[in-house]
Amino acid sequence: MTAEALEISQLSKTFRTADKATHVLDNVQLSLKKQEFVSIIGPSGCGKSTLLKIAAGLDVDYEGLVQLDGIDVSGPSKEKGFIFQEHRLFPWATVEKNIAADLSLKNPEVRQKVDEMIELVRLQGFEKAYPKQLSGGMAQRVAIARALVRNPQVLLLDEPFGALDAFTRNHMQESLLDIWRQNKTSMLLVTHDIDEAIFLSNRVVVMDARPGRIKAIIPVDLPYPRNRVSASFQQLRTQVLSALDHVEEEGNSYEI
Amino acid sequence: MIGKAGVKRFLLSALIPFLVLVAWQLAVTNGLASRQMFPPPTSILGDFYDMLKSGELTHHLGISVLRAMVGFLIGGGLGLLFGLLNGLYRRTEELLDPTIQMLRTVPLLAITPLFILWFGFGELSKVLLIAMGAFFPLYVNSFLGVRNVDSKLFDVARVLEFSRFHQLTKVVMPAAMPNILLGMRLSLSTAWLCLVVAELMGADQGIGYLIQDARSYMRTGVVFVGIIIFAVVGKLTDSLVRVLESRLLQWRDSYKG
Repeated sequence: MTAEALEISQLSKTFRTADKATHVLDNVQLSLKKQEFVSIIGPSGCGKSTLLKIAAGLDVDYEGLVQLDGIDVSGPSKEKGFIFQEHRLFPWATVEKNIAADLSLKNPEVRQKVDEMIELVRLQGFEKAYPKQLSGGMAQRVAIARALVRNPQVLLLDEPFGALDAFTRNHMQESLLDIWRQNKTSMLLVTHDIDEAIFLSNRVVVMDARPGRIKAIIPVDLPYPRNRVSASFQQLRTQVLSALDHVEEEGNSYEI
Repeated sequence: MIGKAGVKRFLLSALIPFLVLVAWQLAVTNGLASRQMFPPPTSILGDFYDMLKSGELTHHLGISVLRAMVGFLIGGGLGLLFGLLNGLYRRTEELLDPTIQMLRTVPLLAITPLFILWFGFGELSKVLLIAMGAFFPLYVNSFLGVRNVDSKLFDVARVLEFSRFHQLTKVVMPAAMPNILLGMRLSLSTAWLCLVVAELMGADQGIGYLIQDARSYMRTGVVFVGIIIFAVVGKLTDSLVRVLESRLLQWRDSYKG
């Protein structure tokens, strides 16, 4: 057992079309420790979503090494919970059946775990509701519960709150922290929201576009819960912003 | 559930049929129309009552419903099976779909004589004709249903490691259900239509036979009873599927008019 939950090294990916090849990811090194919360931020086209899909095993066309708990990632699995930008719940199933998905609620063990998850994401009273009856934030919490009920080693989140309004987004960030504190699952979050990255993570990874590579890794040493208007928070925001603005020397990759 | 508004709506929808019946009755009793060709509604009602009392009606209706059901189960079942199969697998689609589409364009009425030649006037030719009619609507719609499944939900099924079986029962079937139920409705009405054709072509039992027999004896009232029975049972089966629809598809978030 290593201390790293997820290990990515020398990862490169190229999209090839008939007449040209585009480097989407170039020599990316990143490791995620157990119980760590890491955010990836960068301009659109920097390959951050592609990186997450590769980590999830949804995209296996790459060069390099991707390991989960020391084992090569060769395809999607329950070990790597994935939260899409849209909730992607099954519209024909109630909240509890969505969380259970292919597991049977008649099994008392499953029933208990599903109930625990519903409590964790604070959706008591909505067990029998259909997705169409839920708000965007609630639906995304169901999606998180659906992933967590399967005890993943890492939760991969692809701009999960991007489609929510600012107020709901803040609220969802707080509940995600709450879930993380209670559940201790490692989190890898892709976002385009600087505040979100600083508010949530232990480290913020800043990526550069064309080719997609890691430009800076900024540790966030503020204690939780963080105050979005504090001076130290502002200082970190400036740091991330300047990392996003600066184009550093080519071929720079960061070891952790 | 049926409140004051429901009664009002029913009365409104029944107004035109009711006026037509009254006009018909008055026209015949006043000698404006032939009693032989247009028996008044009250006399049709009398015929209906007599046939019900003698057990004639229920006997023939039972035979007809049985034929339609067996034909629907065989044809509709195969339609659903092949529709799902071809929807799921491109290989079988390429193998089977062109042939099925070709057969679909053949008018059923045109092959009825052939069926009688091959299988005689017995039950087999009737059931096969009904099955053939019921096959296509369910085939086409369940195929369409599978192809309309949101591919994003397949990604979810991959991430959650659904088995092939669960992909089918937890993703494909529920997602295709609106189309499957629509196909079922269309198949049922086609099965009913084919039943009429099969029984009018030659039968010694069933509602179609009843109509044909009454025609040769000029019992116009009985012909009307047969037609009305066909209409009522057809409407009832359709309503049954619609009840099933509202039960199974309550999750849908679409415009309800």
